[in-house]
Amino acid sequence: MNCNGTHYRAVVIGASAGGLAAVETVLKELKTSFCLPILLVQHISPHTQSYLATHFEDKCALKVKEADDKEPIKRGYFYIAPPNYHLLVEYDGCVALSIDPPVNFSRPSIDVLFESAADYFGKELIGIVLTGANSDGALGLKKIKERGGLTVVQTIETSEAPAMPAAAIQTACVDHILPLEEIGEFLNEICEC
Amino acid sequence: MFEENKTENEYLEIQLLLEAIYRKYGYDFREYSVAHTRRRLEYRRAREGMTNYSSMQHKVIHEPAFFEQLLLDLSINVTEMFRDPWFYQKVRELVFPHLQTYPFVKVWHAGCSAGQEVYSMAIMLEEALMRERTQLYATDFNEAILEKAKNGIYPMDVVRQYTTNYQAANGATSFSDYYTADYDSVIIKSQLKEKILFSPHNLATDGVFGEMHLIFCRNVLIYFNRELQNRVFNLFYESLVPGGFLCLGSKESLRFSDVASKFELVSEREKIYRKKREG
Repeated sequence: MNCNGTHYRAVVIGASAGGLAAVETVLKELKTSFCLPILLVQHISPHTQSYLATHFEDKCALKVKEADDKEPIKRGYFYIAPPNYHLLVEYDGCVALSIDPPVNFSRPSIDVLFESAADYFGKELIGIVLTGANSDGALGLKKIKERGGLTVVQTIETSEAPAMPAAAIQTACVDHILPLEEIGEFLNEICEC
Repeated sequence: MFEENKTENEYLEIQLLLEAIYRKYGYDFREYSVAHTRRRLEYRRAREGMTNYSSMQHKVIHEPAFFEQLLLDLSINVTEMFRDPWFYQKVRELVFPHLQTYPFVKVWHAGCSAGQEVYSMAIMLEEALMRERTQLYATDFNEAILEKAKNGIYPMDVVRQYTTNYQAANGATSFSDYYTADYDSVIIKSQLKEKILFSPHNLATDGVFGEMHLIFCRNVLIYFNRELQNRVFNLFYESLVPGGFLCLGSKESLRFSDVASKFELVSEREKIYRKKREG
């Protein structure tokens, strides 16, 4: 899974209200050689059939897919949490899904992904909180920081809904607060493939 | 390397805690998905104000009441009646015509939790005029949850969601025909319970549950690791009649199991499989 140019092994992203456009902006900036796997929790109605994978398919060079239970996390892939399931990283580096009760009124929940990813990847993880109208992701980002990972939050000014980035910033665990347009470029510099 | 050690140490502590539960009480969570188990244990650890999993291990060995609590923590799976309405539509459309051809039908709900799914099926059978000649078996390893399933009492605030699901699954009548409301909860009508047999069965340790025409096991296997999933798939294969159906959760798959070639895929999105007739 390792990328030669960096000690990081994965990126986790959490987004809610306004997230579709924000994630798209980040993906579009990624260079075609960007190879770190990305796992995304985008809050979405539990009762829709997922269209997210189709939506992001042609927006980046990574292979986009809705995460399947127990599949190994591979470089060059972009995994999306299915509607109405939590997405977790298992202790063997595979993804795991669950129908445990919503966390922060959300399933999938960003905290659930971030906390389990922090357990597995430790300091080799980058966590990013984007726009959203609740506080999901703040505790998860804190845990990523505690385990030595790198934490990034979108600036309030560039967020369509500022509550989620604000909550994450309040936990005082954020390494970089970046305008939305710069996040993709920031990732490019980290993954020097 | 401190962070890595922290994770590894925690993993070791969790394994030892699960080993203690198995050796002392016989319930086997050792092959459950660790990420899930950890979340649930973490919740209990924080509530009890304990500092680590090793202290939980000590407590569970010495206090059976604490074990009962952990057993509930580790085994409750929240679900809804008619969860994924489109799934139930497909069962009616693709599976029922085959069940109609049998004089007597046996259906197994493996890991039935609080009974939402088995009552959904009972309602569908009722509406297809098949309930009288169908025996439903609902099993779970946790007897406290099984008791809940048997009672069929659900809080009023979730019934709204159940009703929406029922309608989306093209239910034939009004969902309120199937329960009696009582202040802030509802109780499932007793006629729906007539053909359901509730009994304890542990997928992790128990054996074949024979001659089924249809097995439901939805969103249970995602809590298991690959090895245990595979064992359970074999158990289902052995428990089905040739031509019998297996329904999994929409994100579960037979694909990587060693019985994959012995089933045909009936419906991809709904994860409905059928046991092939020739070995």
